[in-house]
Order: sequence, then C-alpha cells, then structure tokens
Amino acid sequence: MAELVGAIGTSHIPAVGVAIDKGRTQDDYWKPYFDKLPPAREWMAKLNPDVCIVVYNDHATAFSLELIPTFALGMAERFGIADEGFGPRPVPDVMGHPELAWHLAESLILDEFDMTLVNEMEVDHGLTVPLSVAYGQPDAWPCKVVPLAVNVVQYPPPTGNRCFRLGQAIRRAIDSYPGGERIVIFGTGGMSHQLQAQRAGLINTEWDSRFLDLLVNDPEAAAKIEHVEYLREAGSEGIELVMWLIMRGAMNPHVNEIYRATHVPTSNTHNGLLVLENA
Amino acid sequence: MTADREYDDIPGTFVFDGRRSRQGYWINQFCMSLRHEVNREAFRADEAGYLDRFPLTAEQREAILQREWIRLLELGGNIYYTFKLAACDGLTFQQLAAKQTGVSEEEYVGMMLGGGRPIDGNRNTSEWASVQEGADRG
Repeated sequence: MAELVGAIGTSHIPAVGVAIDKGRTQDDYWKPYFDKLPPAREWMAKLNPDVCIVVYNDHATAFSLELIPTFALGMAERFGIADEGFGPRPVPDVMGHPELAWHLAESLILDEFDMTLVNEMEVDHGLTVPLSVAYGQPDAWPCKVVPLAVNVVQYPPPTGNRCFRLGQAIRRAIDSYPGGERIVIFGTGGMSHQLQAQRAGLINTEWDSRFLDLLVNDPEAAAKIEHVEYLREAGSEGIELVMWLIMRGAMNPHVNEIYRATHVPTSNTHNGLLVLENA
Repeated sequence: MTADREYDDIPGTFVFDGRRSRQGYWINQFCMSLRHEVNREAFRADEAGYLDRFPLTAEQREAILQREWIRLLELGGNIYYTFKLAACDGLTFQQLAAKQTGVSEEEYVGMMLGGGRPIDGNRNTSEWASVQEGADRG
C-alpha cells in the first residue's frame, strides 16, 4: 500500500525562485536564507519519495476571476511552467501522477470533499518554488507531483478547519491506494507577509512561531484560528498559512519535528521551513 | 449574509472580498491578460487603445494609465493582479510595495532588513487614526 512518509511546510516566495534561477543564492542578501536549506534537502534526498502532493495556491495564473475553485486537483500527466507576467521560470516541467490523482479524486469526493478536477493546467511559483527549495536545480524533478491548488486569493478561502479535515481525508485516500508509492505532502505559502496597500511589509515573527508550535503539537487548536486573525496578525497574504493545515491534517495526530528554520526577510516575507515525520 | 466584516478594521489593507471582486472584475481581468507576452507588447505599444478591450470605468482607466497603485486597490484591484501591471513595467514586488507605502525603494528594503513593519501599532484602524491625529496636532 502507498505510504505517507513525511511532510514539508515551506513558503513559496517568487524572489527565492529568481535567486535560484539567476545564481544569486550566495549573494549577501540571500546566503543567510539558503544556508538554512541543506538539512531539509538532505532529508528529501534520503527519503527520495516517489510522489509529492503539493498543496499550493495559484496566483492569478491558471485561474483568474473567471473561475475560482476552492480546491483543485491536478489530474494531468504533465504540467507546464506558466508565464506569470515576466516569462516562465527556467525549471523542468512537472510530471503528474494521474492514477494517484484519480484515486484521490474519487476517494475525496466520496468522502464528501467536492474537489474540482483539472486536466490541463500550468503551474506557477506557488508550486515550483517549493520544489526548488526541496530539490535545488535538477534536470528533471526527481518525483511525480499531484498539485492541489487552494483558493486563497479571493476572500473567503476555505477555513483552517476545512483544510485540516481535507488533509485527514487525503490521508485516508493515501492509506487506501493500492500502489507502493512513498509520498511526501507539501504545505506551502506564508508565513506572515502583506504585499498590498499601506500596511505592506508587515511581519509578525511571534505570531508565526506560535502558529508553527500549534501546527506541530496541537493542530486541532491551529485549525480553529479564524480568518480575521490571520489577516490582522499575519498580514493579508499571510492567510496562505491555512494550506499548511492540509499538510498537517494528512499526518498522524502526533508527529516528530525533524527540522525548522525561519528567516526574515525574503523579499516581503517571513520565510518558514518545517519538516515533519509521523511519530 | 456575511454581516460580520471585522476585517474592515485592519488598517492599510483591502481584503479582496466579493464587494471588491465585483467592483474590480475588469481591472483584474485586464491585468490577467498581461500574462501573455503578445498582450504585454500590445499594451506597451498603445496603452489607451489596449484598454478599450475592457469595459472599465473612467476612474479605473485613469488609475491604470497613471499607475495609481493604491487607487487601483480602492477601485477593486487585487494585488496579485495589479502586480502583473507592475511587472509589465519592470517593477519587482518590493518596488511595488515601496510605491504603495509611499517610501523610496531603499527605505522599504531597509525596513524589511530591519525585520519588517512591526505588528504593534498596525492591528486596528484606531491605532492609525491616533497617529494621524497626533501628526495633525503636532
């Protein structure tokens, strides 16, 4: 049977992708952040999962205001790299896993999570930057990927609790998949940041630390955090953190925190990196 | 429905809810079109003519043409969309953030290197109002 072997939480800041793509990771500005990645990358290399389920959000790329799915599952064999408005990132296409994706779709929908199924979709920095954080710059991504796009751009995003329950349903689906795949789930986005308007640049490291502590040790409590608290305390774009609850919901109630690192600033954001294994 | 808009009390923030989404639909769909290089070229070649493709209000057109970044948000723009207009102009997200907050890029980057904008004093509109009153009195 398939096995969920671990989880990663990571921010997905576009400037991190640019720094990697343009070879700037050792610049004075970037080195302190990139120096924190090796333990997570070594963990990924050692684990070498067959598939990564990447929970991310699309940033006005594959979906515009024309169509706004709350939870969208990528079903395709291959996902191209999107031009978000300044040319596509020079990274490999993302190879999907349609068989697992369809199993997830059937299992989740019959488990009463009404997923949108996407057969053709390009992916943006929300998905590719986490892969770069985990794997660096390979010629081809070493895992297949099932993308799970969550709407966090149009208010309201799904609640933290709904995300957490979806994660639990994903776990039930993984546990019932007959393949032998070893799977890692990514929760991406956040932590505190605000990109818009006069409060842009907001950072709240204390709140972020408390969120990570709760996420690891008391996820039911983290799932109760209301939208207005994310918006006020972690900045309007910090609400992306609800996606980490999907990742956490898929893991066991008790987890071991393998690695945690945070960094201020990466562009406008308090950058977070968290590695978990089931206890 | 949704009588509780407690988030309207967050200062310097436009939560992109249904009210804003309806108001700004064509600002955002115009920005979305800039995802394609052929459209970026057409816009750069004739900005006003390109905007005729979208049923924008006169105020929205002007805010786009004048790059009034805060005004665009007031008129229903969403930051992920308005950033596509900024990127079309060659701006980075930090440069756009500096313009929105009315400081130079150096000042903005310096603030971020110093740990960012602190949460204390930035949670509620009342905190900003008292600062403004103090400034008015001063």
